[in-house]
Amino acid sequence: MNANPLLQVRNLRVSFKTDKKHSVEAVKNVSFDIPRNATVALVGESGSGKSVSSLATMGLLPPETAIVDPGSRIEFEGRNLLDLSADARRALCGKEISMIFQEPMTSLNPVFTVGYQLCEVLMLHMGMSGKEARSRAIELLREVGIPEPERKIDAYPSQMSGGQQQRVMIAMAIACEPKLLIADEPTTALDVTIQKQILDLIADLQKRHQMSVLFITHDLALVGEIADHVIVMRNGEVREAGEVRQIFEAPRDAYTKALLRCRPTIDSRPLRLPVIDDYMNGHVEPPATHQQRSRGLTGREDIVLEVRNLGKSFYSREGLFGKKEFKAVKDVSFKLARGKTLGVVGESGSGKTTVGLTLLRLHKATQGQALFEGKDILSMSDKEFMDYKRRIQIIFQNPYASLNPRFTIGQILMEPMRIHHIGANDDERAGMAHQLLKRVGLPPVSFGRYPHEFSGGQRQRIAIARCLTLKPEVLVCDESVSALDVSVQAQVLNLLQELQEEYGMSYIFISHDLAVVKYISDQVMVMHNGEVVEMANSDELYRDPKHSYTRTLLGAIPKAIFP
Amino acid sequence: MGYIEEKVSPGLWALAWRRLKSDRTAMVAMVIVGLYFLILAASATGLIASDWDAEVGVNYAPPSFIGAQAGGVSATAEEAPPPENPLDPLKDIIRELRGGANAAPVDMYGVTDPLEKEMSEIRAQLGNTAAKAAERKATLPFGADKWGHDVIKKTIKGAETSIIVGVVAAFLATLLGTVLGALSGYYGGWVDDVLNWFYNIFTSVPYLLLILAVAAVLQQKGVTTIVLILALTGWTGTYRLIRAEYLKHKSREYVWAADAIGASDWRKMFNHIFPNVSHVALVQISILVVAFIKSEVILSFLGFGVPVGVVSWGSMLNEAQNELILGKWWQLTAATVAMAVLVTAFSMFTDALRDALDPKLK
Repeated sequence: MNANPLLQVRNLRVSFKTDKKHSVEAVKNVSFDIPRNATVALVGESGSGKSVSSLATMGLLPPETAIVDPGSRIEFEGRNLLDLSADARRALCGKEISMIFQEPMTSLNPVFTVGYQLCEVLMLHMGMSGKEARSRAIELLREVGIPEPERKIDAYPSQMSGGQQQRVMIAMAIACEPKLLIADEPTTALDVTIQKQILDLIADLQKRHQMSVLFITHDLALVGEIADHVIVMRNGEVREAGEVRQIFEAPRDAYTKALLRCRPTIDSRPLRLPVIDDYMNGHVEPPATHQQRSRGLTGREDIVLEVRNLGKSFYSREGLFGKKEFKAVKDVSFKLARGKTLGVVGESGSGKTTVGLTLLRLHKATQGQALFEGKDILSMSDKEFMDYKRRIQIIFQNPYASLNPRFTIGQILMEPMRIHHIGANDDERAGMAHQLLKRVGLPPVSFGRYPHEFSGGQRQRIAIARCLTLKPEVLVCDESVSALDVSVQAQVLNLLQELQEEYGMSYIFISHDLAVVKYISDQVMVMHNGEVVEMANSDELYRDPKHSYTRTLLGAIPKAIFP
Repeated sequence: MGYIEEKVSPGLWALAWRRLKSDRTAMVAMVIVGLYFLILAASATGLIASDWDAEVGVNYAPPSFIGAQAGGVSATAEEAPPPENPLDPLKDIIRELRGGANAAPVDMYGVTDPLEKEMSEIRAQLGNTAAKAAERKATLPFGADKWGHDVIKKTIKGAETSIIVGVVAAFLATLLGTVLGALSGYYGGWVDDVLNWFYNIFTSVPYLLLILAVAAVLQQKGVTTIVLILALTGWTGTYRLIRAEYLKHKSREYVWAADAIGASDWRKMFNHIFPNVSHVALVQISILVVAFIKSEVILSFLGFGVPVGVVSWGSMLNEAQNELILGKWWQLTAATVAMAVLVTAFSMFTDALRDALDPKLK
C-alpha cells in the first residue's frame, strides 16, 4: 500500500465490559491502512467488529463500557488519536475526519431546519459568519444533489425523504472538507434505487474532493463498484485485505470466498445456496450448490389462492370531521399455485407488506376478494376464518420483534397447537415441538430458553417452526430474510426451500432484494405505489423486463465483479 | 407437563431478582419493608398490640426512652383527697361521707340500708378501679396519649390500618387502571374515547374535592370506605401508562404473530401483552402504596378517615395536632417516624425494582 497512508490502525484491541468482572473482546488485534485519496471498504457481518473499529477511530465508543487496549494505535497523519486530549480530538474529528451513519432519520435533529444544522457545523469548525455559512450551505446542498436548495435549506428533516436526509447528512459530513469520511452502512436503511444514487454520490465526492473514504458495510457485493481496497473482518479479526479486484477475482481466505458465494445472484440459481460452513472447515462444496434449479409456472398448476382486485386504504383524520384517504394497495390481483413461490418486490411504500397483512386479515381489506380454494377468506366471519388461520401463516421481517420475549420457545411453539387443538395433551405437543425444533436445526435445549438467548437467524428458525406447528398450505414471508446477515440468510433460504419441497407449501415471498426474490420465486410480481406494474415468471422477468420501473430496479442492483 | 422442563432458562423475574440481590440499598430497604409486614402480620393476628386500647399509662405519660422522669402530674397525687378546710360549714358531713366506706351499715336514722350488699359491691369495684388507676405507670418507653394508651402499641396498631389501606387500595387502583388502560389501548376507537373522557373528568377535578365527593356518596366511615375512595380516585396514572404501553405493543410483530395463529383478543391482551408491560403495573403498585399511605394520613387528618375506635397513623396525627399545643410531642413523633421510615424504604425499594425490571431483557 501507500508509503504514507492517511490513517494507520495498528494492533487495535477493544473490549466491552459485560459486568464488573467479565468483558468481551470485540476487536482483536486489528491493523489496516487507509491510503490518501482512496476508498477503503470494511466488510463484515454483525459482530465482526467493523463498526467498533470505526467508532474507535472517531472516539465515539461509550467510555463507561469500552476499553481500548493501551498498546493500540490509530495514527492520523502521524498523530496517535488515542493519545490526544478529548478537546483536541473533538476539534479534529469534526473537521478532518467526519462520519455518516446508517439511519438518516435519527441522525438529524427533527426540531431544527436542515439549514440551521448545516450552518452550525460551518460556523463552529470553519469560523464562518451566519451569512457566509448560509450561502455555503446552499452550495453544499446543491453539490449533494438536493433539488431547489434555496428552498430546501429551510425545510425540516421530516419534510424530506430518507434519501434526501442521507444527502443532507453527507453535506454536513463534507462541509469542512474532511480528509477522511467514514460512512457506516450509509445505504442499508434505504431503498435499492436510492442506495445506488447515494453510492454514486459518495464515489463522485471522493474523486472531486480528493478525500479518503472508509466505507463500512455488511454487503460485499455493494463495494465492488466504489472501493479501491477491501478489508474483510470476522469475529473481531481481519480475515483478508487487498485490492478490490483481487478480493473479488481471487479471494484467498475461505470466509471471503464464502461471503461472495452465499449471496444469491441474479444469474445463477443453484439447488442449494452454499453456506459459510461449506467453506470454513475445508469442506468441498456440495454438488447441490452447482446444480441449477429451474423455476416458473406452466399455467397448469393447481391454484390454492386467488386474489381479485384487492384494495386497502388507510384513513387519517383531518380536521374535526374530515378524513384523508391513502390508498396503500390498489386493485391487486394474482393467483398462487400450490407448492410454488410468488415473489413480491417493491420499494418501501409500494404496498407489498400491506398485501401480505391483508391476506391474513391483520389489516382489514377495503375491497376485493381472496379466494382460498374458492372461498373468500376476506369476507367470512372471524369464526369461519379460524379454520383458515391454520392454513395461511406468516413469518415477519424482524425476528427480534416477532417472538414474545416473555415466552419460552416451548411456550411459543405449543401455543398455536393449544389454540387449534392439535395434539391430545401437552406432552404430545411438547414432543411435536421438539421434532419441529430438530427439523429447523435447533438443539433440544432451545425448548426452555427465551428468545433473547438466540441470534437473529435462530430466531427466524423459531418463527418458521411456529408456523409449521399448524402445517399451513400458504406461507407469507414478509421480508423474512432481510434483517439477517448474508451467510445466515443463505441458511434460512435453504431451509425454506427444503420445507417447501417437504410440505408442499406455497410461499408469498415479499422482499426488496431482487436477487433473493429471483432465487426463491417461480413467479415475480413488481409493485410500485400500491399497484402491480409487472408480473411474470421469474426468469422471464429478469431477462426481459417490460416495465420501465422494473428496469430501474434491476439497474440498481450492485454489479460486483464475480469470479 | 412431562419432559419439557429439561432446562428452563431464567426468566425475567429470575434475572430481575438476581439484579436486585446485587443492589445493597435495595436489599436493606427490602428488609425494612419486610419487617414492617412481619409486624403487620403479628398485629393482625393479635400476637402483639391487641391490647393497644388498654389504658396502661397515665394521661400523657411522657416517654422514658429519652430519660424523661415522671413529671408533676402523678396518679397518686391526683387521687389524694384535698386537705380539710377548717372553715367549711359542711366539713362534718364531708368527713362523715368520706369515712362512709368504713362506717357501720347503720345510717344516722338507725335504719339498716336495704341496698347494703349491692352498695358494698359497687364500692369494692370502685376501690378496684382506684387501685388500677394507682397501678398506671407514670412513664412509658414511648409515652402515652390522652387516655393513657401506649403510643408504641398504638403505632403498631395504626400501622396495620395504614399499611392495609395503602396496599389494598394500591392493588385495587392498579387493577382498575390496568384493565381500563388495556381495554383502551388495545381496542382504541370508541372504547378509547369513552375511557379517555372518564380519565379527563377524573383528572380535571381537584383531587381533594374528588375525595370529598366520593366520601359524600359512600356516606359511611370505615376502612373499606377509605380503600374505595383511594382506589376510585387513584387509577388514573396507571391507566395512562398502561394505555400507552398497550398502544405501543399492540402493533408489535409478536402480537400480530399471535393474531395470525388465532389467539383471541383476551389472550393477546393478557397472555401476550400483559407480561411485557407488567413491570409498569408493578412499579405503579409500589408507588401507589407509598402515595396511599400518605393519603390515608391526610384523609384521617381531615376527618374523612377511619372511624373513632380504629387507630391509624392518620388518626394519630389528627390527635397530635391538639396535643402539640400542650407540648405532648411523642404521639406525633412516633407516627411520623414510623411512616417516614416505611415510605423511604418502600420508595428506595421501588426505585431499585424499576431498575431491576428494566424492560430491555439483557
